[in-house]
Amino acid sequence: MATEILMPALSPTMEEGTLAKWLVKEGDTVSSGDILAEIETDKATMEFEAVDEGTIGKILVPEGSEGVKVNTAIAVLVEEGESADDIATPAPAAEPATAAAPVDAQVDRAPAAPVAVVVPKETEIPEGTEMKATTVRVALRDAMAEEMRRSENVFLMGEEVAEYQGAYKISEGLLDEFGSKRVIDTPITEHGFAGIGVGAAFGGLNPIVEFMTFNFAMQAIDQILNSAAKTLYMSGGQMGAPIVFRGPNGAAARVGAQHSQDYAAWYAQIPGLKVVMPYSAADAKGLLKTAIRDPNPVIFLENEILYGQSFDVPQMDDYTVPFGKAKIWREGSDVTIVSFGIGMKYALEAADELAKEGIAAEVIDLRTLRPMDMPAVIESVKKTNRCVTVEEGFPVCSIGSYISSRIMMEAFDYLDAPVINCTGKDVPMPYAANLEKLALTTTKEVMDAVKAVTYR
Amino acid sequence: MAAKKSSKKPNVSKEELLQYYKDMLLIRRFEEKAGQLYGMGLIGGFCHLYIGQEAVVVGLEAAAKEGDKRITSYRDHGHMLACGMDPKGVMAELTGREGGYSKGKGGSMHMFSKEKHFYGGHGIVAAQVPLGAGLAFSDKYRGNDNVTFTYFGDGAANQGQVYETYNMAELWDLPVIFVIENNQYAMGTSVQRSTKSPSLWERGAAYGIEGEEVDGMDVLAVKAAGEKAVAHCRAGKGPYILEIKTYRYRGHSMSDPAKYRTREEVQKMRDERDCIEQVRDLLLTGKHATEDDLKAVDKEIKAIVNDAAEFSKESPEPALEELYTDIYMEAEA
Ligand SMILES: Cc1ncc(C[n+]2csc(CCOP(=O)(O)OP(=O)(O)O)c2C)c(N)n1
Ligand SMILES: [Mg+2]
Repeated sequence: MATEILMPALSPTMEEGTLAKWLVKEGDTVSSGDILAEIETDKATMEFEAVDEGTIGKILVPEGSEGVKVNTAIAVLVEEGESADDIATPAPAAEPATAAAPVDAQVDRAPAAPVAVVVPKETEIPEGTEMKATTVRVALRDAMAEEMRRSENVFLMGEEVAEYQGAYKISEGLLDEFGSKRVIDTPITEHGFAGIGVGAAFGGLNPIVEFMTFNFAMQAIDQILNSAAKTLYMSGGQMGAPIVFRGPNGAAARVGAQHSQDYAAWYAQIPGLKVVMPYSAADAKGLLKTAIRDPNPVIFLENEILYGQSFDVPQMDDYTVPFGKAKIWREGSDVTIVSFGIGMKYALEAADELAKEGIAAEVIDLRTLRPMDMPAVIESVKKTNRCVTVEEGFPVCSIGSYISSRIMMEAFDYLDAPVINCTGKDVPMPYAANLEKLALTTTKEVMDAVKAVTYR
Repeated sequence: MAAKKSSKKPNVSKEELLQYYKDMLLIRRFEEKAGQLYGMGLIGGFCHLYIGQEAVVVGLEAAAKEGDKRITSYRDHGHMLACGMDPKGVMAELTGREGGYSKGKGGSMHMFSKEKHFYGGHGIVAAQVPLGAGLAFSDKYRGNDNVTFTYFGDGAANQGQVYETYNMAELWDLPVIFVIENNQYAMGTSVQRSTKSPSLWERGAAYGIEGEEVDGMDVLAVKAAGEKAVAHCRAGKGPYILEIKTYRYRGHSMSDPAKYRTREEVQKMRDERDCIEQVRDLLLTGKHATEDDLKAVDKEIKAIVNDAAEFSKESPEPALEELYTDIYMEAEA
């Protein structure tokens, strides 16, 4: 019986890919384990192996095809005695039995289209500056490369950052340009290399330490808190640690409880640390450059789902974004939505939808959590009299709960409704697709919250 | 694709050999199916296959007795099948369904079975090592003679908590077998690129722990080493280290571009050292089984795996209420 070979999903976040190259042709016999094709995902080029034996009857998707959706039939495998003609009509048994699979439910999690950029109130970009659509991934890489060119003291260290080009391809090309003295692969020893990084910073260097994800930084939390954050204070100002700890933070897709945590509120609690959590590519670039130059330990929280998304980035020799300055993505008079990082995706989507219903939301991206631009939030709330916060982390002692208390202390008389926090649910991240979706905050929840505080 | 003919005449019964063959083949076919379901989008997130390493768990399980415990990393499907967990429940966990061992809430990396004394699948590299010593602590505390198999990778072997654990395990004579599954790579980093120490098991000597290196492609060698280690632990002599040299044929997880090794390197291992082919060879040359017998076994295994796959597709997604269950245990009144 002829079977269809389907475009495989080769990474947790892959929805489509490029069929870069066929390594077999029609008429070839293959057995399980043979490499059929090379497929480019958002992260890497991968080899795709046969699982069944048979003869390649027909190639349905030619090499070089881009944007091939996962589960599309790309070739047909026939068994001994069958001819390729038998497969003019694909065998019904091979109809994607996965149509009803829960994975469909995830589609809205990682939109391919770049978010329409409302030009924010910002002074740092001179008028007439050329803008270029750039992914967050490339923006981060460019920021590191520029800072490494600028100062010999900057180096990058972490698991798989050099020869593998980064587990998420953020450091692609850096080893080639800067060599193994400055782009350093470590063993899997987070506590050790975080400590070595802090020591090197004490010694006058400017390390960038990449955690493959921030979930693994928990192995190193003691060095981050007790060594990096507190030394300046304990030494009476004599020495500190100019170091950046960076990597993806928060949920990716279906990677379960130990790999899906948002640590924004954890680090934001610690005096001595600065904490950055960008949303757009321009902010990722400008804030990372600022972080590398900052004489303090900086926690730089990225997001795997955002890595592949494109935003306009100003083409300037030295584009930096200051810490402690929120960005207003959208002005409005009815409600203030405050968010940061991937939470901005829900905030902006909700604001778009709400506009259609005649509710004008002002959307503020905090960009840095420590320092936090509370004046911008308070000023906005004084205008709109209502506030909704959006974040992916847990609800208890969240960033949103801190913002709520500050608003209560500083703008109580201006409030027309209680502040609502949209957060991740108070549960470890489940693996099942339907439960994972429920565990995260959603655009709909943000819209409902806005309607609640505006009494609609 | 025949494996190298084995010259030694192992002292092992036909039944035993056939059992190892079946157990290893079940893991291999199960993993191939899992890879297929991942490609179809039925399994999500990370999925780390055990193909190539089957002899490690099958050999060690042959040395275990009822009540012994095991704990490992995220590369855990083989360990679960080898200790007798139901392939249906494992596959349904991979698809995130109600019928899975964790009701769909754990996924590929996080499954557990109290009944089979399987303490999980852990996602943080090396975190299971002190946990394994703690399980052994509980057995010693209770005064029974059970042991805990604590599996971890060559990459994990560089984490500091491994050495903190070694020290205490020897200090307190804990009945724990540290099983280093040295498959030569930690993601894209070969052992040679992560350490200059020539062997991983010998590091135990600094803490006074005995150990040895084992050929992990030879299930009989693994079993023999396992029996020695188990005897050491049960006799109250404290921990033992087995560094088992093995090899993973597939990528680290499903999304591994595998640029760090050549296709030829993998193929050579498959052709010359494959653990299943070695046993197949022993069965045939020893006249313990005919080609037809083994075909029948293949068919039997395929049916088990297909049933598991069917079950994993048909089992419903967990009820939405499950989001909020299992976070706390009710205190007993
Ligand atoms: C503390 C920690 N750091 C990094 C990772 C990411 N990671 C997952 S598996 C892995 C490689 C581990 O290799 P090894 O211990 O040899 O086990 P193998 O995968 O070969 O079975 C890495 C770096 C992690 N899960 N946990
Ligand atoms: Mg390994």
